Parts: sequence; structure tokens; C-alpha cells
Amino acid sequence: MAILLEARGLIKRFGGLTALSEVDFQLEEGTISSVIGPNGAGKTTLFNVLTGVYQADGGDVLFRNRSLMGLRPDQITALGLCRTFQNIRLFSNMTVIENVLVGMHTRVPLSIADVIIRTRRFHREESRLWGRAATFLDVVGLRAKAHDPAGSLPYGEQRRLELARALASSPAMLLLDEPTAGMTRGESQAMMALLKRLIAEHRLTILLIEHNIPVVMGVSDRVTVLDYGEKIAEGRPDAVQKDPRVIEAYLGRKRWRDKGETAHA
Amino acid sequence: MVRLRALLNRPWPATLLVLLSIGLSCYAVAVNPRSVVAFLFFQASILLLYFARVPRRLKLSLGIIALGILMPVLGTINGYYMEVATQVGIFVALALGLNIVVGLAGLLDLGYVAFFAVGAYSWAIFGSPQAGKFISAATASFPLSGEWFFVFLIIGVIVAAVAGVLLGLPVLRLRGDYLAIVTLGFGEVIRVLANNLDKPLNITNGPQGITPITRPPLFYQPLLNALGIEAPATVLYPLYFYFLVLLIVMIVILVNRRLEDSHIGRAWEAIREDELAAVSMGVSLVRMKLLAFACGASFAGVMGVLFSAKQVFVSPESFTFLESIGVLAMVILGGMGSIPGAILGASAVTILNLQVLKGLSLWLNELRNAGVTILGYNLAQLPTQFEPAKYERMIFGIILILMMIFRPQGILPARRRTRELGDT
Repeated sequence: MAILLEARGLIKRFGGLTALSEVDFQLEEGTISSVIGPNGAGKTTLFNVLTGVYQADGGDVLFRNRSLMGLRPDQITALGLCRTFQNIRLFSNMTVIENVLVGMHTRVPLSIADVIIRTRRFHREESRLWGRAATFLDVVGLRAKAHDPAGSLPYGEQRRLELARALASSPAMLLLDEPTAGMTRGESQAMMALLKRLIAEHRLTILLIEHNIPVVMGVSDRVTVLDYGEKIAEGRPDAVQKDPRVIEAYLGRKRWRDKGETAHA
Repeated sequence: MVRLRALLNRPWPATLLVLLSIGLSCYAVAVNPRSVVAFLFFQASILLLYFARVPRRLKLSLGIIALGILMPVLGTINGYYMEVATQVGIFVALALGLNIVVGLAGLLDLGYVAFFAVGAYSWAIFGSPQAGKFISAATASFPLSGEWFFVFLIIGVIVAAVAGVLLGLPVLRLRGDYLAIVTLGFGEVIRVLANNLDKPLNITNGPQGITPITRPPLFYQPLLNALGIEAPATVLYPLYFYFLVLLIVMIVILVNRRLEDSHIGRAWEAIREDELAAVSMGVSLVRMKLLAFACGASFAGVMGVLFSAKQVFVSPESFTFLESIGVLAMVILGGMGSIPGAILGASAVTILNLQVLKGLSLWLNELRNAGVTILGYNLAQLPTQFEPAKYERMIFGIILILMMIFRPQGILPARRRTRELGDT
């Protein structure tokens, strides 16, 4: 399969701290990959570099063979790379459907003149946008709450709304930062089933950051392990799970304890 | 209060009540043209009309009658009312402009009046002999004729929008407090420029200000004469400016509403809610912030042009920091991000300043001069430090504080738009 995203020797430093040191990886189209690693391993930094929130200090990111270096986050989103956040960042005072509509921003072909004059094109586009937003809400099961303020939703629904908002930007690739954080086992299983469905329906490629190891192992085609900003392992989930360096990074000093207990580390 | 609300929710009683209130208040003003209370009653009836559940068409036509016919008539009975109404209109446009920047896009701008100044000076300089002081008479003769005023309405929009972009560019990366300080500085820079650009080249005439500024021609006077109506310019001009302001305010409201209810308005609100999330969803912060600054500024610019023609005089005094704060108070008092809120906030603050508080201090002064005794204390003995005129600002301040404590979301907070989504 074709390579959709490729990172080459990515470096990011914060003062004396090297958050990412020469990280390489490739993502194939239509797969789910995960990035795991202990707290502070550089997972979220990696996301921020990939989406243009941080500028890398070295290396390159290629998305569909086009370098993303030096692009702003909104330009990267327009190219088809969209993300969610570890700590949910919805537009809380806007309604659920408005959140999704903002996600479509880059796909709105209207000019300011269309908006002020209210051309026929404006009315046509606007009703098309609302219709599409409603279907995205259907996908995540939030249509009934379309006009509620996003901030009033319970936690799990906010996560799903963030996913719908990201989907609305018609991405080729989604970066999901801990999509099941704080969810019960049932909720996270439902979330993962949803992700699998999305991949099939929208021909999506997904990169996950997850702490929930059973989820990662169950859903990923490929796992990348970061520790102190370095890639220490990569491969199929079952292989990575057995890698001694991974076990050390994760379980290290707690090796004598029961494995099951530390699975959520 | 609850009963009144219930009454206003039933169409027929509400309509009757509104009609009665408008009729009575007009009668009261006609009988007693100098009574502030009577005119406030009239203003309150317009507010009542807005809130009452009157059938839509009737509401619209009543609004047009009240603002288009009754208000001008009352304004000819007492010229000051016309002035109040015009000022309200000017501040409504300013508040609506600032509402885009602060209320929608969440960019705290403390120097907003600078754009008003830019608009005002653009017509003041070219609509008066002032421009002749730095442009040779061979190129053009100044002042420009009154017809140019209408061209300058457009130029004012453009110049102010450019100023908005110029302010926007360096502050793109700033937020919150930092942005507020820079915009405050920008406002001061514009005022100080106006104050000092009289040397070496006399552009703004410095602190003396510019006068006389050409007013637009009374193009409809021949028509009135033909109809046999003889009216002096002193009556016609206030009416003229009133209708111009009304027209501009209508356009501003329309543009504002359309921007708000579109992907542009949603992008602004997204920036206000969470900048990082907005940019990650593909909202270009550069474009959207500059657009917000430019739109907000252009409304102030067009009103500035009109203001300078109406006053026939501009000076840096009119564009102080306090003016910016005043407009900001209107937006916040009305309800951030809400168009009806900005309109109501601007009207309330302007009327409060021009009429209510002034009326109150006049009344207190009368009591003092008459030597009325309250609780055994003779008001005539009040030392000059406690002069009633000095309470005006204090009462205004107290009102602001109370509002922020008991209704921080503003008088008419923004309501979310909904739309029929249909069935799946």
C-alpha cells in the first residue's frame, strides 16, 4: 500500500530538553497506527510537530510526498491532516452542530461578497453544509443534541463530538490524541468500533496516541513506541509487546509486579 | 414584571399596549417638549415594541413609523431630541463594529475609537480648507464640494479598514491582556498623531482641530420648496443627518447579521472560544483576525466621516481613550457577541449619559439651589466638592458595577442560531 505520511529524522528541542530525537516512521494508507510510550515520552509533541503547532528543529514530514515543514496548522488541515486533543478542546459556547460546521471551514467555497450579498450560491452552500454537518452528527450519534451548547455534553459525548468535528474537515488522515481517555471499557470499545467503521467508510488513515494498552493492541495494525523522545520499537502489536526494551521502558522498575495491574500505566 | 411579560407574549394585548404607549408618549412630548421623562417614555415604547410579541409585519411597520416619522417630528418639536437620536445611532454603529472584534472574535480592543478618528479626519481634512495647507492649490482646490461627502463615506470605510489591518498585522500573535495593551497604545498613537501633525507639515491642525467642515448638500431642498415647504437649513440638517445615520445603521446591522450567520462568523467565534482548536480545524487565524479588525474598523470609519460633517468640527479631544472604553462598556453591557445587545447597550449608555444622568444632576442642582432640606440637612450648604454634576460619572460607574455583578452576560446575551435539520 502507498505511504501516506512519512517522518524523517524529526527533532524537537525545548531549551535543553530534547523532546523528539530523530524520530522516523511511515504510515500506510488505510491503517490504524498507534504511538505509545510512558508519560513525557514525546507523543503529544510529535502530534504538535506533525500538525504544525510546533516547528520542528530538524528533519522533515512528508504528507502525500509533500513536505509539511513551515506550514501553519490551518494549511496542514486544509491538506487533509486533522487532529483531536488530549484534553478536549471544543468550542464550548457554540452549539454541537456549529462545532462541526467550524470543522468544515476550509471546505467552504464562499467569499465574503457571497456572505454579505447573500447570493444564491450562499444559500445553496449553507444548506449543504448544515446537511453534511447533520450527517456527521449521525455518525457519532449526536444528532438529537445538535442545538445544545457543546460544553453541556457529558464527557464521552464531547469526545465523540471532537471526532465528528475533525471528520468534518474531510481529512485523509486523523491524529487522535487519547480518544478513549477517561472512558469506561464499554465506551472505549464502542469508540474503537466507530474508528474501524470510519476507516472503512471514509478511507481514513488513523494515528492514535493511547495509554489504554488493551485498546492499542486490539485495534492497531502497527505500533510505535517512544521513550524520552526516541523511537525504541516499532512493528506489529504482538511483536512490540514482547520487545524487551518496551517492557523495560514501560514496566522497568515495577517488573516484579503483576503485569495486569500496570497495563494502564 | 412577570405579568407584564405574560401580557407581552399575547399578540393582541401586546399590540394594543405598544400602540397605546407610543401614542401616549408622543402626545406627552408634544404637550411638554422640554420634559426628559416624556421623551424617555417614547424611547421606552420603542423598546417595548421590540420585546412585545406583535405580529411581525405590524412590528416592522410600527418600527418604521416610530423611527422614520414620529422621531423626526418629535425632533422638530425639540431639536435636542434629534441630537440625542443621532448620537444614539452613531454609537450603535460603533458598538456594532466593536462587537465584531470583541464580542465575536474575542479580540479585546481598547483603542477602537482610533478608527472613528481616522474616518472623521479623512473627511475633515479634505472637506475643509485644511488640505490646502499641504496640497498645492494647482492640484485641487479645497474644501471639496459637498457632493464629495458621499464619496468619502466609501473612502472612510476603506481608510479605516486599512488602518484596522495595519493594527491587526503586528498583533496577530497576541491575545488577551497583551492585545489589549497594544490596541490601547494604537488608539493613543492615532490621537497623539492628530494632536501633533501640525508641524512641520500642517495636516491635522493639531489641538485646535479642523473647522469648518463641509456638509453634504441638501439636495432635496428644491423639492421641498416646490412642495411649498419652507424650512431653514438649521432644521433640515439635523433631520438630514438623522436619516443618514439611520440608513448607515440599517446597513451596518444587515452586514453584521449576515457576517455573523455564516462560516466567517462561526470562524470568529471559534477563535474566541479556543484559538488552538480553531486553527487546528483549518481556520486561518491571520485572515480571520485581520478580517475582524477590518470589518469592525470600517463601521467606525464610515460613522467618523458622518460625525465630522455633522459636527462641522473635529479635534483630538473627541477621540480620547475614554471614548474607546465607553464603546466597550456599551458592548459588554448589552451582551458580548449579540447584535440586539450592542444596539441596546449603545442606546442605553448614550441616553443615560446625554439625558438621564444629566437630567438627574440638573434636578439635584435645582433642589440644592432651592435649599431643600433632606433629613434635617440643608442641601444649600453642600460644599462644592459634592456638586451634583459630579455624581453623574459615579452613578454611571455604579450602574456598570451592578450590571456586571448581577447580569454579567449583558442585557441581551447572544442567542445561538438554530436551523431545521430535517429527518434522517
